[in-house]
Amino acid sequence: MTSPEIANRLLANRVLANRVLAVRFKDVSFSYGDLPVLNAASFHIHSGEFAALVGPNGSGKTTVLKLLLGLARPTAGSVTVLGRPPEEARSSIGYVPQHATYDPAFPISVTEVVRMGRLRTSSRRYSVDDDSAVKKALAMAEVADLAARPYSALSGGQRRRVLVARALAAEPELLVLDEPTANMDAESETRLFETLRLLKGKATILIVTHDTGFVTALTDSVFCVGERGQGRSVIRHQATPAAHVASEQYGGPALQVLHDTELSDDSCCGCGKES
Amino acid sequence: MNGYLSAILDPSMPFVRNALFAGLLSAILFGTLGAVVTVKRIAGLAGAISHAVLGGIGMALYLSAKNIVPGLPPMVGALVFAVLAAAIIGFVSLKAKQREDTVINALWAIGMSVGVLFIAKTPGYADPMSYLFGNILLVSTRDLVLLAILDAVVVFLAWRYYPQIEASAFDEEFARVRGVPTDAVFIATLAVTAVAVVLLQTFVGIVMVIAMLTLPSGTAGYAAKNLAAMMVGGTVPAGAVVVVIAGAAFLSVSAIAALRRGKNSRKIRGGATPAKALPRAEKRA
Repeated sequence: MTSPEIANRLLANRVLANRVLAVRFKDVSFSYGDLPVLNAASFHIHSGEFAALVGPNGSGKTTVLKLLLGLARPTAGSVTVLGRPPEEARSSIGYVPQHATYDPAFPISVTEVVRMGRLRTSSRRYSVDDDSAVKKALAMAEVADLAARPYSALSGGQRRRVLVARALAAEPELLVLDEPTANMDAESETRLFETLRLLKGKATILIVTHDTGFVTALTDSVFCVGERGQGRSVIRHQATPAAHVASEQYGGPALQVLHDTELSDDSCCGCGKES
Repeated sequence: MNGYLSAILDPSMPFVRNALFAGLLSAILFGTLGAVVTVKRIAGLAGAISHAVLGGIGMALYLSAKNIVPGLPPMVGALVFAVLAAAIIGFVSLKAKQREDTVINALWAIGMSVGVLFIAKTPGYADPMSYLFGNILLVSTRDLVLLAILDAVVVFLAWRYYPQIEASAFDEEFARVRGVPTDAVFIATLAVTAVAVVLLQTFVGIVMVIAMLTLPSGTAGYAAKNLAAMMVGGTVPAGAVVVVIAGAAFLSVSAIAALRRGKNSRKIRGGATPAKALPRAEKRA
């Protein structure tokens, strides 16, 4: 290797290493009582990346999500979100839950739901900035025309897009979506992925899905939660374009997840190593 | 209704005025707290607390009648049991959600049974019915002051922490991600409910407390466009209903009183003529 090449490579490594990590799990273990869920899981997501966290039901996706959102603490290891502990990064995280236990008798309008994205720990006031962020989020998720409607009058797909708007109202650096396409009609799904396409690169996006076969073509990196080696961990997989998949199912072109590949945590030029 | 209005203005009948104020003040509480209880779906929890209260009332009656703790007011026993029940329910809901149903139903049944047992063993006569259904005409001025204070506290909390209450009822997980201490909101709601149940059961009784906490706001929920509208909407029917009940109670009481007065005056005028002989006498005539 000639010296300019070495210099170039060193420079490239440094540039990559300096890229901010949006999410960093380092040797994270977690168990519910005696039931181990994660064992020394290490993975990281770069700032601006579109990542997919896949795994069958019961594999521990929800646990990864809870650790990420600061709703649970690891029994060992450390979780860092946007360079901070998850609890401190909360205001920069936009979270789109499944919201499966929603009560249809709850009287609330779409705007009021979206405004919850600007909610603070104890303040009762919403500022002018909050109002404009809410308006912007309603437009971005293409639900501005539903703003005055009661939330309970919407279809399942529309409700999900309202929840996306609620997450976007926080003007998040990291957007986390839990099973965003579950029970969604094709039109809502296309609109959702259009929103995500426009958002890609501006924010880090993490989609959690139980569909382990394919992911949307927007995806940069795929992480699989499940059994591998000693105990459960999070494995980085390769994904390859899949032409034969009905595109409307993934809101556009899809990628096939190659489960037989296993990329090490530092596969991207050592940037996964603690910097 | 003219009679009712003049009774309110009659200085010799303060209990009618007190009943009216109690109705209006409790309507505010029922509407505001009831809306939160309804949207948070904790009516069952409130039911368990209110029925556990009967155990406290029974125990207080027993202890004071047996002179173990002389002069112990039933409200103190009620408060102790309500707070205990709320603490147990709160702990179980937060730490062992899967046991919640069993614990709620156990508290409900045990509370009532303990109450009935103590009342049965209490010397003298205590009617469990008066605690189950209350009597709004027995409201004292002190009760009214306590109720007004609780009203002020509840309305202030609902106004001050409205977004946090709304969010933690609508989507608790999301509220937690936004940094809202949802467990604290839940515990505070339970505590306020416990105190409200203790105060209100003296007016409307244990059974009615739950009905008034859930039915008006549940009805308002159909028409309301948000939680705030539900709080206000729930207040109106509760107020109206309590006033109607108070009015009906007053009319029946005054009707009975008028009948008695009538009998007594006849006795005086008619000398030895027994009252029950009158109808027969009329028939013959």
